[in-house]
Amino acid sequence: MTMETKEAQIPADMELVYAYPESLTKAHTHYCPGCTHGVIHRLIAEVVDELGVRERTIGIAPVGCSVLAYYYFNMDFAEAAHGRAPAMATGIKRVSPDKVVFTYQGDGDLAAIGTAEIIHAANRGELFTTIFVNNAIYGMTGGQMAPTTLEGQVTTSSPTGRDVEMAGWPIRMAELLAGLPGVAYATRQAVLDVPGIRRTKKAIKLAFQAQLAGLGFSMVEIISTCNTNWHMGPVEALEWAKEHMVNYFPVGDTKVSDAVNALKGGK
Amino acid sequence: MTKELWEGNAAIAEAAIRAGLEAFFGYPITPQTEVLEHFSKRLPELGRVFLQAESEIASINMVYGAACAGARVMTSSSSPGVSLMQEGFSYIACSEVPAVVTNIMRGGPGLGNVQPAQSDYFQAVKSAGHGDFHMIVLAPSNVQEAIDLMVLAFDLAEKYRTIVMFVADGSIGQMMEPAEMPPMRPVRPASERPEWALTGAQGREHNIITSLYLGAENMERVNLRLQAKLREIEKNEVRWKEYQTEDADLLLVAFGTVGRVCQTVVREARQSGLKVGLLRPITLWPFPGQRIAELATQVKGILTVEMNAGQMLEDVRLAVEGRCPVRFYGRMGGPIPLPDEILPELKKLYAAVGG
Repeated sequence: MTMETKEAQIPADMELVYAYPESLTKAHTHYCPGCTHGVIHRLIAEVVDELGVRERTIGIAPVGCSVLAYYYFNMDFAEAAHGRAPAMATGIKRVSPDKVVFTYQGDGDLAAIGTAEIIHAANRGELFTTIFVNNAIYGMTGGQMAPTTLEGQVTTSSPTGRDVEMAGWPIRMAELLAGLPGVAYATRQAVLDVPGIRRTKKAIKLAFQAQLAGLGFSMVEIISTCNTNWHMGPVEALEWAKEHMVNYFPVGDTKVSDAVNALKGGK
Repeated sequence: MTKELWEGNAAIAEAAIRAGLEAFFGYPITPQTEVLEHFSKRLPELGRVFLQAESEIASINMVYGAACAGARVMTSSSSPGVSLMQEGFSYIACSEVPAVVTNIMRGGPGLGNVQPAQSDYFQAVKSAGHGDFHMIVLAPSNVQEAIDLMVLAFDLAEKYRTIVMFVADGSIGQMMEPAEMPPMRPVRPASERPEWALTGAQGREHNIITSLYLGAENMERVNLRLQAKLREIEKNEVRWKEYQTEDADLLLVAFGTVGRVCQTVVREARQSGLKVGLLRPITLWPFPGQRIAELATQVKGILTVEMNAGQMLEDVRLAVEGRCPVRFYGRMGGPIPLPDEILPELKKLYAAVGG
């Protein structure tokens, strides 16, 4: 059904220094050229490989552009109803406490229709990890206003720009969840350049480690792009996100519990 | 085992525990809250999972998740809460994971009240959610039957990898009756979860549980498979009970609480010289329509009695196909039809069919 990448042949006299993650399948993704979902998938896969937990990891895909993520991750996966991934993850983790569970959600899924589910899962300190991809727009349905769409940003459902008097303000989830005692680790990162990608990977790893140590709920919000629905080239989109999104959605940790801090220091 | 005095809601919960329930996720709503309360006490002391969710939407999706993980799981609610769960029913049905839901029905529409009612028949039997699917629907008429059907609910859910709904009403839920609990089944260890479940891709290909099938042919193929399963369920799992139908001239059709009331009606009608029988559907889906069709050739008329405006009535008429007159008597929003109300309806029917 999907096209696949072929195994590369490594010549015998060369050392393998960078390999395809075991936690990714070889399927070609359906993501638009320039989309950052592929980068984020790869970071998660590398972290799962490095932690050696692929065979006990269960992911939950959202409704949105990454609805088919289960074809790309080489691990057990469920597909949730729109916004309900944190409830599904709760169900899975509670009956399988030895598994590593994560949800992969977009801004509409997590910050609009699934707001109740994410807040209560976080507040219960559920022992799973949420990867929250924030690109300030609804991608799959063709570019409508998201809960994270910036003030004045033009979308197909805010054709004159987001009017905050009418539609409210873009919602800052990393800050909102940070106020909940059940959250061990909440952070916002950005995959807009190489240093940002490296920092994002570190954050994802720490989030999974916090889960493995049983410290509480962990979430990594990731500032991402949607060049297709922003009507930009991929590079232009990265620049636009740096210029506009990061101002409103500052990068950095919003909650690091003492136990997670100790985990960080002990690395 | 000996009989003990059990309240319906607590009995339902305890029966599920005896059937090997591993996890319960739910939200309080009258008149089923005692189900949740019983679980909140018993499941933690048995080392099993109890979680009070933030909503019925969350409850059903927690059930969906735990079912995907291969655990024996259920939720419980009452009419307005069940409406909130319908999204999840549809996903569970399409994903083919086993789950059990109880609906201790109350008066509606809207917030309605907390009185006993059967007005969610259409929702349970015909309209459980978007898309083409049916739930298996079990309807007990007393506490003992509620216990027995709870155990059956889990077996059917797992046999067919489908969603099973157990419908009763507040009068069964709140009533205390002597009943016998089944012995405690051992909980299935996590290492013995089904091979399709999400248990970690260790030494096998990764398992995917989804209800997304892009492409017309793909989605149709899934639908054909689901329909074939439903036909199989229709063939194997129709359940009903008959009372004095052998020589009956008139037939009562009623389920649940009012099905039980109609047993008294049969007795009283016979005392007054009317040869009346009763068919009480136990599975509302699949419906015992074939048996009703057979009886329609024997009796002179059928009276369907429900605690709603005439919902099962449609299925009775579809089964009878005009073979004999079908009449209806019902109460809505809480009143339970009493023998004194039903008996005159039977007499009117008898007069009308030339008895």
